[in-house]
Amino acid sequence: MSKIGIIIKSEYTRRVTKKSFIFLTILMPFLMVGMMFVPIWLSTIKSSEVRTVAIIDATRKYAPLFQNTENYRFINSDKSLDDYRNSTDKELFALLNITGDLLQNPNAATLYSQKQIPQDLNYLVNQTIGETLEEEKLATFNIPNIKEIIAESKINFSVQTIKWEEGGKEAASSTKVASIIGFALTIFIFVFIMIYGSMVMSSVLEEKTNRIVEIMISSVRPFDLMMGKIIGIALVGLTQLFLWGIMVTFLVMVGGIAFGGGIDSSALQQGMAMQNPGANMDFNQVQGVSEIFQILSSIDFVEIGVFFVIYFIGGYLLYASLFAAIGSAVNQQEDTQQFMAPISTFMMFAYMAGLASVNNPDGPLAFWCSLFPFTSPIVMMMRLPFDVPLWEKLLSAVLLYVTAIGIVWLSAKIYRVGILMYGKKPSFKEMIKWIRYK
Amino acid sequence: MNFIETEDVVKQFSGHLALNKVSIQVPKGQIFGLLGPNGAGKTTLIRIINRITAPDSGIVRFDGRLLQPGDIYRIGYMPEERGLYKKIKVGEQALYFAQLKGLSRAVARERLKYWFEKFGIGSWWNRKLEELSKGMQQKVQFIITVIHEPGLLIFDEPFSGFDPINADLLKKEILELKDTGKTVIFSTHNMSSVEEICDEIALINRSEVVLSGEVQEIRKRYKTNTFTLTIPTPENGFDVTSDKFKVLDEKDQSGTMKLHIRKVQEISNSDLLTELAKSYEILSFTEEFPSMNEIFINTVSGTNSTQV
Repeated sequence: MSKIGIIIKSEYTRRVTKKSFIFLTILMPFLMVGMMFVPIWLSTIKSSEVRTVAIIDATRKYAPLFQNTENYRFINSDKSLDDYRNSTDKELFALLNITGDLLQNPNAATLYSQKQIPQDLNYLVNQTIGETLEEEKLATFNIPNIKEIIAESKINFSVQTIKWEEGGKEAASSTKVASIIGFALTIFIFVFIMIYGSMVMSSVLEEKTNRIVEIMISSVRPFDLMMGKIIGIALVGLTQLFLWGIMVTFLVMVGGIAFGGGIDSSALQQGMAMQNPGANMDFNQVQGVSEIFQILSSIDFVEIGVFFVIYFIGGYLLYASLFAAIGSAVNQQEDTQQFMAPISTFMMFAYMAGLASVNNPDGPLAFWCSLFPFTSPIVMMMRLPFDVPLWEKLLSAVLLYVTAIGIVWLSAKIYRVGILMYGKKPSFKEMIKWIRYK
Repeated sequence: MNFIETEDVVKQFSGHLALNKVSIQVPKGQIFGLLGPNGAGKTTLIRIINRITAPDSGIVRFDGRLLQPGDIYRIGYMPEERGLYKKIKVGEQALYFAQLKGLSRAVARERLKYWFEKFGIGSWWNRKLEELSKGMQQKVQFIITVIHEPGLLIFDEPFSGFDPINADLLKKEILELKDTGKTVIFSTHNMSSVEEICDEIALINRSEVVLSGEVQEIRKRYKTNTFTLTIPTPENGFDVTSDKFKVLDEKDQSGTMKLHIRKVQEISNSDLLTELAKSYEILSFTEEFPSMNEIFINTVSGTNSTQV
């Protein structure tokens, strides 16, 4: 095996066999999928507790409207408000006090409780009284069949967004779903480059401060040493990415089946219904869920995945080699700050530009930042779900890789000198001098 | 023939001259001691030989020609600040370094097993380096240095951190390396080890070579014509007045007397002995050469005081 091969293998196996790596790699997909499914699952859990709500109704008009539900039991009360105010009765959860005709005075109803009043009770009361009031109000107009007229005139409107593909083919798209995917990809690639880039830096620094490099330098070329480390760590990142991809896909499928098979999910409908207790089933929302599934299936995840890997490798190569150069130049962790600052500034700018691009994924900021090599790996992630023209992707990828190779070359020159340099803290000027050394 | 030679090597760090025209000659197959006080420039010279630092001027010759980049593959170097990964298992990193030095995995494993057993650290193979004592870490470092059997071995302060038993073990190993035809350079403050194992030395002080040559020859060069004489204690004490020598001190030890005398005239040792034998029964008569320690201290403080 060649020297660089030995280094790549050692750097790689050393890291993927670490307990923390295995732990994180296995745990993360569960966390990610958990964040998707737990809210749905939670909403399907029925609260077993039945709470008592007393109603003091001066008009005696509204109290009979309230039907007991799974969670709430309503009782009519003849006691006064003050009786309850000082009562220590733990059985009573809330008190609805209606003092007059609500059509004339909408403020005449008040809900009291010694605890925080849950959203669903609030909703239930409003819905029950509101519907009745609406009917009462309508009745005052004395128009026959008014209810039917109103029901017929209700229109649900939501504009459909269709994107014309090449050749005029229509595809349903959703800016919302694309934005969410864009956000996720942007954050993901940013964090990945940061984590694995700084892993390269601290590893280089360790070899320098422990003088490991002095015994290696006699058998390995500095370039092999640096590239072996960068490639080895990149492979660790890609391994993690690959495992996560497989695990998340698998878990989402399992989760989907567990929740009733995706689009026609009765559990989902039920979950939605539970979030709006007492209300009429809002079919729009359920349609929304199935639409999300439809739109998700319209997004080309394979293409996004491929481009993610391409940009991750390019961006990582660019930044990791800079990190390696910094690690080689300084003598201790604290000194890295000075050199890290400009690099983190670039990365933070790219991150911000990426997030800002969501409002206008084809705008000038997004366009130029997705071509500029120091920002393109991150900004392009936001644009990917919005179907970027192929030539832009190719141009930006080529620019990224050409720059990355240039930066690797420069970093190797700094690395070669810096790794064996001790004593004073180097300056930027000095590092430029190192590049010129033969 | 010299295996390594430096000629007028100069190295300047910002505002400080680390090496000033340093020339040393290291004969092939010998053990060469690089001596000097802290900060004299020993490590800088070693780093130049290892091509870790480049000299400002001067040349380094390796095996009769100018030192080439590829030559460092034939050097095993053990830095003073030891270079190993703290968090990685000892065996794993030893295998890694051995493979980087060009050994196949199988050969590396075989040789490492041999060395680990020899040094009694075989059971530490699967431990992280940081779990080992300092002495054991040094042993691992030594093994990694010699594992690819290079022609030249350079140890920077090899004895620091070793207890006397392990220091002895290390001396034995260094002598064994010499027996197999290797050339060894080591820097040290440990003067007794120099007398025991070094063939030649160079003493560097304040960036310059102030003394160099064969150890025995240097000790003779610095002889002070002092002798230790043992005789049965005379009844009236030692009472010889001669212009050929003078008595430095005398000590009576239950029937035998031990004296230090210094020859003051240019006469042979035999003549001196004959002179003494006229008056007394001689139990022993030995010429005392100064220890390397004395030479070291005298030379270093001597040059320092003349320069101050």
